[in-house]
Amino acid sequence: MNNTIFTNIGRFILLILVQVLILNHVNFLGYINPYAYILFILLFPFNANQSLFLICSFLLGLCVDMFGDSGGVHAAASVLTAFARPLILQFTFGLSYEFQTIKLNKVTMGERLVYIILMTVIHHVVLFLFETWSFSLWNITLKKSIFSSIFTVLLCLIIMALFRRKSK
Amino acid sequence: MQQIVNFLLNNKNAILFLFLFTLATLFTIQSHNYHKSKFVTSTNYISGGLYSWRTSITDYFHLKGRNERLVAENELLRNIISHNSDSSRIEARDSISKTGVYSYVRARVINNGYNSIDNYILIDKGANDSLSQDMGVITDKGIVGIIENTSANYGRVISILNTNSRINAQLKKSNHYGSLTWNGKDPNIVQLEAIPRLAPVRKGDTIITGGRSVIFPKGIGIGTILNYELENNESYYKLDIRLFNDMTDIGFVYCIRNNYKQEIEALHKAQGK
Repeated sequence: MNNTIFTNIGRFILLILVQVLILNHVNFLGYINPYAYILFILLFPFNANQSLFLICSFLLGLCVDMFGDSGGVHAAASVLTAFARPLILQFTFGLSYEFQTIKLNKVTMGERLVYIILMTVIHHVVLFLFETWSFSLWNITLKKSIFSSIFTVLLCLIIMALFRRKSK
Repeated sequence: MQQIVNFLLNNKNAILFLFLFTLATLFTIQSHNYHKSKFVTSTNYISGGLYSWRTSITDYFHLKGRNERLVAENELLRNIISHNSDSSRIEARDSISKTGVYSYVRARVINNGYNSIDNYILIDKGANDSLSQDMGVITDKGIVGIIENTSANYGRVISILNTNSRINAQLKKSNHYGSLTWNGKDPNIVQLEAIPRLAPVRKGDTIITGGRSVIFPKGIGIGTILNYELENNESYYKLDIRLFNDMTDIGFVYCIRNNYKQEIEALHKAQGK
């Protein structure tokens, strides 16, 4: 149990550092950045306290906002994604997820992919909607959401493959 | 009463979510308003320190280009001096005496944003170096933005690549002026609005700062006209301006202090009453 807490605190700090020091400066083609810090939200224990999860996600987003001078856009997107996670879990893994503890590295590749894509798309659409803060610039919002989502999903899959724990 | 408590307990996650989401939305709204004192800002000790550390590493990769730019600027300044007077008589000026209207403070950019709609730049000097709100920021090539917020050691600059930014600018060859804005699309192209139809607008003409505010002196370069069209009501031009500065690569900047700013502002206030 303690191990899980330390893992998550470490992941929280490490992901923020990686995000603000490296990923925020990628600027591929001028505007495409991956937002891999949402791995924290993706990987947060499924059976943990939901209130704690919401607060942690908010703080995560707020830290990224503070470094990026973006007001509260990351905080809003992160909180919404965290709040929507139980629904998405139910949608992708079926009703059974409540009863048996699911491990993300034990489900099939297809299910894992659907879960990551859904969470990323929700996060990014909210993020860029809040960032542009106007519907008249919807084409920019859409373009950024799509390309950044692809980038983020790929990066999340790579990171998860690299740091996969050996299954016993 | 029991029912209300039960209701709150049953929906505590939804309520918590709504509270946090509203809070985040408020921060977002605040960040889209110009000149509101901001709560979430990168001028604090932790992010400023971290970005300084990052810049101290990445600066080495730009060293050669920066040096060449610096020498080029020195060459230009030396040529200007030699045209004006006998260069052998130039002495080092006492930096304390306020001889001119404007004095310049150099600063290093430690975080530069240009990929969102409202961009900010973080510099490594703040109130301790007597920087304050509403001071102009330029490079050797042209304007960068206006200081919006300072802490003791760091300053936040509202970049010209920010949809809230409005800067007075004019044509170089005539005195027609308008306001410089950005439509959020290309980080190398900004817009100049409300130039009167009578103005002699031609592609490739130079745009400079207008000097109608206390922020920028007149005549600092901005860019050249790339394209122009009449606005909806047909009496004003809207120009696309290609910037002299590459906003994606800014190393060092100069912050401009107007030494008579207080006097001018006091005059404006007195007139207002």
